[in-house]
Amino acid sequence: MNNDWKDRIVRMSGAAVQKCMRCGKCSATCPNYGEMEYHPHQFVYMVERGDTERLMASPSIFECLTCFACVERCPRGVEPAKVIEAVRLEVIRQKGANHLKPDDLPAAADEDLPGQALVTALRKFAK
Amino acid sequence: MQKLGVFVCHCGTNIAATVDVKAVAEALGREPSVVVSTDYPYMCSESGQNLIKDAIREHSLDGVVICSCSPRMHENTFRKAAAQAGLNPYMVEIANIREQCSWIHKDREEATEKAIVLGRAAIAKVLLNTPLTAGESPVTKRALVIGGGIAGIQTALDIAEAGFPVDIVEKEPTIGGKMAQLDKTFPTLDCAACILTPKMVDCAQNENIRILSFSEVEEVTGFVGNFTAKIRRKARYVDETKCTGCGLCTEKCPVKKVPNEFNLGMDNRRAVYIPFAQAVPKVARIDPDWCNMLKNGKCGLCSKVCTVGAIDYKQTDTVLEEHYGAIVAATGYEPIKVDRYGEYAYAQSKDVITSLEFERLTNAAGPTSGTLLRPSDGRHPHTIVFIQCVGSRCTPEMGKTYCSKICCMYTAKHAMLTREKYPDTDVYVFYIDVRTPGKNFDEFYRRAAEEYGVHYIKGAVGKVMPRADGTLDVQASDLIMNEQLHINADLVVLAAAIEPSKTARRLATMLTASMDTNDFFTEAHPKLRPVESPTAGIFLSGVCQGPKDIPETVSQASACAAKVIGLLSKNKLTGNPCVAHSDEWMCNGCSNCASVCPYGAITYLDKDFRMPDRSTKTRRVASVNPAVCQGCGACTVACPSGAMDLYGFSNSQIMAEVDAICK
Repeated sequence: MNNDWKDRIVRMSGAAVQKCMRCGKCSATCPNYGEMEYHPHQFVYMVERGDTERLMASPSIFECLTCFACVERCPRGVEPAKVIEAVRLEVIRQKGANHLKPDDLPAAADEDLPGQALVTALRKFAK
Repeated sequence: MQKLGVFVCHCGTNIAATVDVKAVAEALGREPSVVVSTDYPYMCSESGQNLIKDAIREHSLDGVVICSCSPRMHENTFRKAAAQAGLNPYMVEIANIREQCSWIHKDREEATEKAIVLGRAAIAKVLLNTPLTAGESPVTKRALVIGGGIAGIQTALDIAEAGFPVDIVEKEPTIGGKMAQLDKTFPTLDCAACILTPKMVDCAQNENIRILSFSEVEEVTGFVGNFTAKIRRKARYVDETKCTGCGLCTEKCPVKKVPNEFNLGMDNRRAVYIPFAQAVPKVARIDPDWCNMLKNGKCGLCSKVCTVGAIDYKQTDTVLEEHYGAIVAATGYEPIKVDRYGEYAYAQSKDVITSLEFERLTNAAGPTSGTLLRPSDGRHPHTIVFIQCVGSRCTPEMGKTYCSKICCMYTAKHAMLTREKYPDTDVYVFYIDVRTPGKNFDEFYRRAAEEYGVHYIKGAVGKVMPRADGTLDVQASDLIMNEQLHINADLVVLAAAIEPSKTARRLATMLTASMDTNDFFTEAHPKLRPVESPTAGIFLSGVCQGPKDIPETVSQASACAAKVIGLLSKNKLTGNPCVAHSDEWMCNGCSNCASVCPYGAITYLDKDFRMPDRSTKTRRVASVNPAVCQGCGACTVACPSGAMDLYGFSNSQIMAEVDAICK
């Protein structure tokens, strides 16, 4: 049980894992279910339990398509995709794989690149 | 100089553990006017009350302050004790040193100090108390039951049985409500019609019951014991007193394609129709939206075939005014609309149906005469998927936050009956939890799983996709196997959440009865007064108060009737003397008080006043009906001129309390 880790994931994602009522709607609706070792409802439960290592070591977190079908359908407003996104971010940070700094942004800006992609990149890779 | 007594209760250790009760009694004993101040372990006990009574007599007390629990708990107990000792009961004040002090504080010293301050405030108030006498009002010995489903029927029958006249107002052309649409009822599987229709007939035959069907309550005025209701009797274009219910008109009517609401639009009825064979009253109704005669004056066939001349195309709405002593809300429920949950494809496929539609499809009086057939092609379904909690237990954005309570059991019933009638059918039930508290309920559900081989799967359905071959691809999760499943289903049944009738909100406003955020009527106390509204004289029966099944509805309906009978058997009601009154000389006639009054207790009168210069002036002034006023005090706050005041809680008394606390 790693409470610090759990709190950090919850804070980063803004998602409410404690609201989960274990209905399995997220996993029922997931279009990439078959590719995952751990499934959306398990992500949520593992974060709630503070089950850090297994989840962060699993390639499943990169199988999530971030299609947000689970967020759309969850009857309790848990937002599983946001939880998974936060775990991914945590893994990237721990690897020290911050590829982008705010100063790098103007150079990276390309006319064809959507503005949202830049913001996402900053959020994902910067500290 | 007034003489006051102070009595400090220990409430066992509830108060005494946190508050030094002896110190409180001692400190309050030093207050001016206090001639006796003492403490006792249980002031509400017989000996505690005797202590108070003896002190009142011995010291000829003019007022009493009791430092104890909340006045909600024991104010009446102590008022009665005071009255027995010859003191006006409204000369008793309670200082709440339990809920508002000992229970919420930990520090003994601070809590004791606060208890003393609360006691001082009560002393300051009681010094300004005046003896009050409660007024009396008569009781009209007739009840109004709004809604003619099983709840309304049971309440009406019980009230009528006790000898009081009852009117049932039902907005549909027949009583019976939702129960009339059901096939079998859990957990004993009696046929709903077999147990309901005799009760409907009892209503029709009981001389104390008048059924006002196809009618709606439009306006309610008055107060407990003395309500006046205006009831709109909608035109049915058939004379209720002449129609024999022979049904000839419904056979001859040429307009045949009217969606039949009783079968939830799954088959058609005529423009003139009787909702179902056992309807009460069994009287036809012409639907003006479809009738050719009413729309363009061409037809008149029904009036030609009617042997008793009951058809009346010129009939108009009439409004009936009636007086009642008590009003029962029994407005029931509706299943929610499920098309908003796009993942279940309810709007795309005819073979995705709600549970109530399933009831009609298995009912012998339904559109398929009780044979379970797919609505799309009329074939037998071989794989059926039941989905639980559709719109229940959600965030407010996604649906209803509550559990609809009846779905687990009726789905078990549907699954069991399907397997019994059609053993070659595979039946799947997707559940989050199976909730079956109730007598013989869990046994019933286990029977479905164990004896009837219903596949219960812990998990949810993610999406239902209609396929080209007419089947439905159900994608779901099985949480115990940790798998995502695909089931090729012929029929999908959605256990839709239930919500209060849309008419309930308007009715609650009319009755000034309170509702919760889900539009269920609120009870006066969730445990101890579950069938009464906080508004005096308004009672609650059935699902309008919260989701419940038939056994629970009938129990509650009878409990509600008992409360109504208790009220109607009184000849006079004692009112609450702590009501508002206005100083007519100060009132400027602004109407602020009338607009904030939640009970409609304030009216305005044009009154003649003799002015200082001896002229007579007509002024518009507020007048409070003490029988309607509940003493909430909203008007006293809204009044800009300070004319409104409350007996027992006057502005000066409240200011004296504040001053005593701030001293």
